[in-house]
Amino acid sequence: MSYLTLSITLIFVLIPLVLSKTLKLGLEKDTIIATVRSIIQLLSIGYVLQFVFDTENYLFIFLMVTLMIVTATLNARKKGASIRGITWKVAATLVFVEILTQSILLGFRITPPEAQYIISISGMVIGNSMVLAILFLNRFTAELEARQDETELILSLGGTPKQAIHSQLTQAIKASMIPTIESQKTVGLVQLPGMMSGQIIAGADPVQAVQFQLLILFLLLTTAAVTSIMLGYLSYPTLFTQRMQLIRGK
Amino acid sequence: MTKKDVKAMDERYVPAIHFQQVHYSVEDIHILKDITGSFPEGRITTLVGPSGAGKSTLLKLCNGLLSPDSGEIFIKNKHINRYEPVQLRRLVGIALQSAPMVRGTVMNNMALPKVLQGETLSEEEAAELLDDVGLESDFLHRSIKDLSGGQRQKVSIARTLVNRPRILLLDEITSSLDRTSTQEIEELIVKINQKYGVTIIWITHNLQQAIQVGDYTWVMMEGEVVETGESELLKAPDNEKVQRFVKGEGEE
Repeated sequence: MSYLTLSITLIFVLIPLVLSKTLKLGLEKDTIIATVRSIIQLLSIGYVLQFVFDTENYLFIFLMVTLMIVTATLNARKKGASIRGITWKVAATLVFVEILTQSILLGFRITPPEAQYIISISGMVIGNSMVLAILFLNRFTAELEARQDETELILSLGGTPKQAIHSQLTQAIKASMIPTIESQKTVGLVQLPGMMSGQIIAGADPVQAVQFQLLILFLLLTTAAVTSIMLGYLSYPTLFTQRMQLIRGK
Repeated sequence: MTKKDVKAMDERYVPAIHFQQVHYSVEDIHILKDITGSFPEGRITTLVGPSGAGKSTLLKLCNGLLSPDSGEIFIKNKHINRYEPVQLRRLVGIALQSAPMVRGTVMNNMALPKVLQGETLSEEEAAELLDDVGLESDFLHRSIKDLSGGQRQKVSIARTLVNRPRILLLDEITSSLDRTSTQEIEELIVKINQKYGVTIIWITHNLQQAIQVGDYTWVMMEGEVVETGESELLKAPDNEKVQRFVKGEGEE
């Protein structure tokens, strides 16, 4: 695809802009920002990837993955501002998920230790892990607030912080994992996953593309479970004092 | 009644809880200011005052749901921090104002204090405690959703009794109830006090109620204790602030 044809695709940006303007949705500014950002970010990452793939240097792979984790952490932590030390908790979770998934992939020789595999898969894993972290933190902080009475009740009856928060914690973990599991039930029937579509458009054998997509789907199940659970168990103790008192959100 | 009289009377009681110059604040707002005083062992103390006087905060300090910024609290002559939190909360039970419930049946809620300890509660024991608060045993299998406000408060009190506390803290449990339910709860407070010999501290904003049910009363206003003494004596208070509060009550 040439840059000329790509520029024609801006029609797809124009349509929502016109709609937003006529219906006074006030989304024009955000749409333009999103468009400009995605053009700049994706084009620059394209050139960066080209460079990294050409040099095949592990240092660059490491730097790329680190950059992904840092960006994802900064994005996700906003949702958990009320939890102490949330930045390092999100970062530790993302690092752990990345190490776990890559160790399995590389250890069992499922994917070769090459930049194109490590970076693309890491991008999907970290990206999904970030979304999961945001979903989890959103739900967890909402549950905490809505059910503060219940937490206090359990503490008042001589329950431990873990008992006092258990129901809210599992609710938030479950709620954040459901979209991942549900979307896998209809995959292929309703939507064709982006990565698979991309491979097929680029001329890959559809069955080969499906195999890779399955690998990614399974990977994302682990990502979802580990992210929510690890973040949950790292977060809840900071909500209580040494004397088992609930620290109120300010 | 002068300050000196209050002191002299205090000595006739054995304190179950003693506060010594306790302060508590949230973000620079003083909720409790320099609280000193005792709650007598085995008696019903009523804690009366307008809303915002710091009464609920004071109760939560007693069973360690909150800790004071400064000052000391003694429970049964032992410093509060020398108790393990779990041990303290089982010894000093609290029925919270909103009577929060976990989902499920009355039995689920009655068993909760035991479940938290990895133990079980027999239906007989649960039924006996329900009987203490004036509920039939067939309530055990009712859903929490089907309870009225008064029934919820009664279940909340019965559930607090499961831990066999020696001190029972009752937050403003009658505020949202009608006259009949309020009267029932007043009666069961006296009954529980006599049957179990448990020290009771009961919050109310109604002075008549405080005098009628209490052996001993604390009057609080704006985070301070303005009067303490035998409940009977509050009928003719000479403290100006208390008088103003009594007047306010009369106008309601």
